Amino acid sequence: MRSVFDVIAQQPALVLPWIILLLPLLGFVVLCLFGDAIKRDEEDDGAGILATTVVLVSFGLAVWVFASLLAQSPANREGLRFVQPYLGFEWIEVGSFAISMSLLVDPLSALMMLVVTGVGGLIHIYSLGYMAHDEDRVRYFSYLNLFTFFMLLLILGGNLPLLFIGWEGVGLCSYLLIGFWFKKKSASDAGKKAFIVNRIGDAGLILGMALAWNAFGTLDTFELAEHAQNLAYEPIAQAGVVTAFCLLLFLGACGKSAQLPLHVWLPDAMEGPTPVSALIHAATMVTAGVYLVARMAPMFRLSEGALLAVAWVGAITALMAATIALVQTDIKRVLAYSTVSQLGYMFLACGIGAFGVGVFHVFTHAFFKALLFLGSGSVIHAMSGEQDMRKMGGLRAKIPVTFWTFVVGTATIAGIPYLAGYFSKDEILLNAVVRERMPLFWIGLFTAVLTAFYMSRLLFMTFFGTFRGGHDAEHHVHESPWTMLGPLVVLAGACFYVGTLPVDSFLGAAVRSPDQHHLEAPDWFTPTVWAAAFAGILGAFFMYVVYSGLPARIYAALRPLARVLEDKYGFDLAYDAFASKVVVDGSAGVLWKQVDASLIDGTVNGAGRFVDGVSRAARTLQTGVVRAYALVILGGAVALLGYLLWMR
Amino acid sequence: MTIPLQHALYLSALLFCIGVVGVFLRRNVITVFMCIELMLNAVNLAFVAFSRALGSLDGQVLVFFVMTVAAAEAAVGLAIVIALHRHKDSLDLDAFNIMKW
Repeated sequence: MRSVFDVIAQQPALVLPWIILLLPLLGFVVLCLFGDAIKRDEEDDGAGILATTVVLVSFGLAVWVFASLLAQSPANREGLRFVQPYLGFEWIEVGSFAISMSLLVDPLSALMMLVVTGVGGLIHIYSLGYMAHDEDRVRYFSYLNLFTFFMLLLILGGNLPLLFIGWEGVGLCSYLLIGFWFKKKSASDAGKKAFIVNRIGDAGLILGMALAWNAFGTLDTFELAEHAQNLAYEPIAQAGVVTAFCLLLFLGACGKSAQLPLHVWLPDAMEGPTPVSALIHAATMVTAGVYLVARMAPMFRLSEGALLAVAWVGAITALMAATIALVQTDIKRVLAYSTVSQLGYMFLACGIGAFGVGVFHVFTHAFFKALLFLGSGSVIHAMSGEQDMRKMGGLRAKIPVTFWTFVVGTATIAGIPYLAGYFSKDEILLNAVVRERMPLFWIGLFTAVLTAFYMSRLLFMTFFGTFRGGHDAEHHVHESPWTMLGPLVVLAGACFYVGTLPVDSFLGAAVRSPDQHHLEAPDWFTPTVWAAAFAGILGAFFMYVVYSGLPARIYAALRPLARVLEDKYGFDLAYDAFASKVVVDGSAGVLWKQVDASLIDGTVNGAGRFVDGVSRAARTLQTGVVRAYALVILGGAVALLGYLLWMR
Repeated sequence: MTIPLQHALYLSALLFCIGVVGVFLRRNVITVFMCIELMLNAVNLAFVAFSRALGSLDGQVLVFFVMTVAAAEAAVGLAIVIALHRHKDSLDLDAFNIMKW
């Protein structure tokens, strides 16, 4: 057998994805073991620099891999599998159940790999400034590196179990980072909530894998896609199984990507540090659900029912989250609901069969939402930790770099033409029109108006008008350091560029779109979409800048409606009621006091009491009188003798 | 003149019954003990009689076993009797009634 080093020396390209994957893990291990040694004194940020370096090196290698993929002809881009041959072992092999240690690099995973390492690298740099004063920096950066590793594993994993390890790993890191300031009760509660809600979705993913193994006999992503293509020629076969498989995976996707009704954890996840919100809860982890659906696109294409569920869950989530975002006052929570809403958009795209467009929106969203979150982090940094927009205002002149990058981010998500968000959102809506899914189109369009409105509201409330915080706070406002502004500027620049990339056609082979629609937009389409974006922005401009008394009057007039929105449609209340009434009270009242105390304890104690009673009765036989024993023995002997003599 | 088997068996049964009655009616430990010995020897007698009547040595072999066991029993039993006497200053069986619940 050739040694590891021979293989690496002869074919470096074979190990590149492994190196990209394992570098962040190496960073995590080093930080775990030697973190305290690296952080010699309070002002030292060696840990952060190390963590940032490994991610940036991974990014560099990812660009290399991506470029080599681009160099291939489109027909060959179906995917390169990197089975781990260097150490000579399969991962799991039990009887016919075999899972190899394999990575899959195709256009889809290569693109996501770029996003994770690229945007992730920028957020690492940003964290250097944002977390500079936190004494737990080493722990923070080690978690961030661990997250990057698991996210890359999720993306590159060549079969569902490997993907699942990454899936669970990012969930773990999400939990650890939401609860990073665990001394704050709300933060540790939010971490637990995220973890538990995600478990529900993960159960779906596990069941889906079991079903796939049972029905299709493979868990390899590549082979599943092949299988799906074979099934496409005989649509009747396994129709129910395919639908069940897709719906189970979609349940997992709903948990991870915060779709109705499992969306409740994401707004609470804002308790974590802001760069974490940007990295995990906006740019990368929460899009894992969309990635999973796109990854299994060949399967989803076989099932009309599953696609319908995906589209409608996405559309309703998009609309619902956008309406809630209208009334939020916490700057990060607005962005959180905006993320939920945008994720809904992505599922909408997948559900109408435009998987490539959905991933395109994942791609652009990663940039502008990371930009917005990092910008809000810069605002919070400037406000010394204040997150309530009602106490901000007029920050435009005080923190100009943050302001201008934030304007770019807002314009992008609002869908202002020729910025990244415009292209991807436009393509989603166009696909809905071309595929004749008009109800979905109108929901999407209305959501676009709302998106433009609430994002402009955030912008105006934060940066325009007069400062509404205290005098001390106003005096304290300061622009962030360049480690934070640099990533903002880069991301803002990216917003002008990434939308023009032909992501959908690049992904074509990976999501195996059977027909490349030539999308012919109707005449009314483009003006309508433009109007939607500008209507939202102008509406917010009039309400929050020109007639700034108007919101309060509208609020008073529509009080019941506003209450519904502020209660977030009662999901949290309902879940809380379910948890406290059904689960807690049911457990205490029925399971504990009835079943456990009466039935189980009763059985156990009853068995003891029964033996005790019988023994009490039986022990009177032991009289202690020798002659009584002798009499019993005699009686026994006589009875035996009598039996032998007469009965036989 | 040979003694018929039946006579020996009658004697054996009689001795056995005397032993049983003694065990139940007497209260002195030593006497009860001797009655048990009597019962054993009644059985021995029956064995020997059968052995002779059937022309087989098996019965006599068994008698030796019984005698061995009886000797061991006597050793242990008398030791217990002495211990009991030291404990209670009495040989009355009814005094030894604490072996109960």
